[in-house]
Amino acid sequence: MITTIAVGVLVLLLLWLALWTVLARDAFLAVAGFVIYGLLLALVWVRLAGIDVALTEAAIGGGLTGALLLGAVGRLRRTEAETAAEDVGTATRALAAVLALGVTAALVLAVLMLPEPVPTLAPLVVPNMPATGVGNPITGVLLAFRALDTLLEAIVLVIALIGVWSFAGDRAWGGRPGPRYQAEPDGILAYLARVLPPLGIVIGIYLFWAGADHPGGKFQAATILAAMWMLVQMAGLDDAPRTDHRGLRAGIVVGPLAFIAVGALGLWKAGSFLGYPEGWAKPLILVIEIALLPTLVLVLALLMNGPPSRGGAR
Amino acid sequence: MSYLLDLFSIAAIVAGAVFYLAGTVGLLRFPDAYNRLHALTKADNLGLVLVVIGLLPQVDGVLTGLKLLLVWLLVMLSSAAVAQLIARSVRRREKRP
Repeated sequence: MITTIAVGVLVLLLLWLALWTVLARDAFLAVAGFVIYGLLLALVWVRLAGIDVALTEAAIGGGLTGALLLGAVGRLRRTEAETAAEDVGTATRALAAVLALGVTAALVLAVLMLPEPVPTLAPLVVPNMPATGVGNPITGVLLAFRALDTLLEAIVLVIALIGVWSFAGDRAWGGRPGPRYQAEPDGILAYLARVLPPLGIVIGIYLFWAGADHPGGKFQAATILAAMWMLVQMAGLDDAPRTDHRGLRAGIVVGPLAFIAVGALGLWKAGSFLGYPEGWAKPLILVIEIALLPTLVLVLALLMNGPPSRGGAR
Repeated sequence: MSYLLDLFSIAAIVAGAVFYLAGTVGLLRFPDAYNRLHALTKADNLGLVLVVIGLLPQVDGVLTGLKLLLVWLLVMLSSAAVAQLIARSVRRREKRP
């Protein structure tokens, strides 16, 4: 009874917050609403027993995306008043409304037309889990049964970073991204950036390692590790790396390359791309996970840093 | 014994919830940023420690209990630091008329 009321309140709050975020006139307020929305959505995933999804939603949906959007708000500040004053004709507004309502209606129809029971591959996954050697079914699905999706996901992230970097001016190409942050060396931010990272790195590696058998995994771990690095940069303790640094670039591509190499090995040894030879699933999954971690940490942090902006072309 | 522990848990968590409520009311009602920060951080820290203390008798192992304590310490550290940062940025904005 009490649980039902709590869930009802949570769902109503989510709907209200979603509407509020869309209707907010101020970009900063909209982003604040979006971050809280992400955190509440994580609670919903906990309630649905999707702890892995909840962790990802809180870390990436609320945290990282929120931070990226805040960066965007900062860049748009100067032109915001101008854009708000701009008069978009009635026809454009009507078109936008029709498009938005159309997409919503299509989504609602699609969800309502789902067959009963909802099609699921879970019964096929469960008896085959022991073959993968991992205990967490999410990790099993992500890296064995649907490994191709995860590979493409990693590649998309690298391409997104290349897209961000391509915004750099010719003079800044290869230089350091973002501003050089300044903070009081004895201030609270510098203190936090000294105290928190050792703990954060341990927690990130723990989440990474726990992902084999419990909720957690490389994405959540990478978000925490990238956040620690950003904290150190924002406190002015370290500068952002040069984007033409060879080691940095190697770290960015090592994940997808290792993933593709394991896939090719599968083609040769197990008869299909990304197939794992008998008994080799667990070690190969571990190799992919370990190779993907630096890629994800670097890409997530560098996405936050933005395009190279100073000191290019040595 | 377990009955007493349950009672202790309920009392501590309810007390924690009261602090959260007070902190939220303060956040909504207090007149300026400093007062709001004060209400939020003080009440949240106390609320969280009471909830953690209330949950400790209910966990099924020392490790889980230690994780709960770690969560409490991390939230304390981050909320204290963030409160300082927000207050500092508010003051900087006030100085610049």
